[in-house]
Amino acid sequence: MIFRHYILALLGLSLREIIKFSNQKGRLFSAIVRPALWLFVFAAGVGSAKGIDPGVLNFYPTQNVNYFEYITPGLLGMVLLFSGMQSSLSMVYDREMGVMKILLTAPLPRWYMLLAKLISGTVLSILQAYCFLIICIPIVNIYTPFLTNYTGWLLAFPFIVLFGLMLGSLGLLLSVHIKQLENFAGTMNFVIFPMFFISSALYPLWRLVDNGAIFVYYLANANPFTYGVEMIRAASLGTFYLNGFIVCIVCTIIFLFLAIRGYNPQVSLIKKSKAKNG
Amino acid sequence: MLKNKLVLEINNVKKYYNSFLALNNISLKINSGELVVLLGPNGAGKSTLFSIITGLMRADSGACLINGYNIADNTISALKNLGVVFQQPTIDLELTVKQNLLFHSRLHGIDLNLVKKTIYEELVKTGLEKKINNKARTLSGGERRKVELIRSLLHKPKMLLMDEPTVGLDPGSRTDLLRKILNLKKTKSLSILWTTHLVDEAEKADKIIILNKGIIKTAGTQSEILSLAKEKNLANAFLKIVKGE
Repeated sequence: MIFRHYILALLGLSLREIIKFSNQKGRLFSAIVRPALWLFVFAAGVGSAKGIDPGVLNFYPTQNVNYFEYITPGLLGMVLLFSGMQSSLSMVYDREMGVMKILLTAPLPRWYMLLAKLISGTVLSILQAYCFLIICIPIVNIYTPFLTNYTGWLLAFPFIVLFGLMLGSLGLLLSVHIKQLENFAGTMNFVIFPMFFISSALYPLWRLVDNGAIFVYYLANANPFTYGVEMIRAASLGTFYLNGFIVCIVCTIIFLFLAIRGYNPQVSLIKKSKAKNG
Repeated sequence: MLKNKLVLEINNVKKYYNSFLALNNISLKINSGELVVLLGPNGAGKSTLFSIITGLMRADSGACLINGYNIADNTISALKNLGVVFQQPTIDLELTVKQNLLFHSRLHGIDLNLVKKTIYEELVKTGLEKKINNKARTLSGGERRKVELIRSLLHKPKMLLMDEPTVGLDPGSRTDLLRKILNLKKTKSLSILWTTHLVDEAEKADKIIILNKGIIKTAGTQSEILSLAKEKNLANAFLKIVKGE
């Protein structure tokens, strides 16, 4: 009976996200257009005809990889990152619209409500990620065949889910601290862009060392997004990247724990009301 | 037999915001089928007490029991017995009326086959059945409140909390809502705690509690309050009690 209640609540939250997503026609379009521009325009302009050397951490069977192929896992990460941040935006929206109160007064543990919210948001992220792959990769493949075959993207599914969960839980954690919808621009500047650019999504990290940007290199190595991208890159080629897997699992647990703590009435709402009153 | 069952019990609740004492030793009891109005001016502590009862906030001391379950220790069981209409609208404007109600039902683990019939019947009673597939955004303030009231009762709670539910409603919608609440109390033996700063909304209550600056100034029936304040109308009695004359 209790299990049924938990499943119904998860279903309710997921359906709500899907209904809202399907009402916002432009959201799926922009979720695909953004990485598509990077793939068709940026990669075409920046990529070299000779390909790119992935460096020491190389999951490809060759040391010279087509740039279109190299940035695809990073662009997949971009879709998941934006979608994860959209989840945080929807939490802030729920708080502003009062719907959050309905969620927090439902007869379910608060940790479960947040976990269900995370899962429902990740479902949307995965849908968008695979829409990007299904639409864009066959087009690129016509001109520059990939080493990664289509089944590779299916093999990568559990790792894409894990990466989506990590970024979604980061979004949940941010929603604890983002008080208004207007602050989302700050999230773009201080979370999404640094996370994406200071990672191995667009270039192999040895290039940073080569160019003398040692500090940025260390930042990129400390960035969990780097590990997520490399984990997907490895998985799509049928390899398991243990470090990436561990970092994603640990970060998901930490971000989710902190988010749950942030939504605890003793820790968060009191703090907010104190701020309001005093 | 149900009449005297204690549904809400608040014992010596205290709440501080830093050093500011927002609620000072609040105690109250509500029995089954009772309509209690918590009357107080703005800043009296009504919303703080409301947040404590709904578990959105924790009291610094004291206990709040809903149908015997302590909201702090046994939150889930306590919340199962509670229906809430918040002061701020809490309806999802992007969903239709039906989607909003089904969403709530799923959160409460209600059998959807049973609840679909209930939803339709309740919408018919409130004259909203034609708007079942309309987005909540297209409803008027009064209609949204009606949907929120239907939603708060879908899981058949023992206790209904209404935090200034008439804010922003026109006089017709206010009267409508009050009539509906009185009807629910009568037919379903529902216990209701209604917070307001509008004295006329308290006139039909079984018990009135006057709260000011975090302290219960007085509690009793309308006639008890009138005789205590030596006034003939509730508005004057309320002002006299709040001002401490």
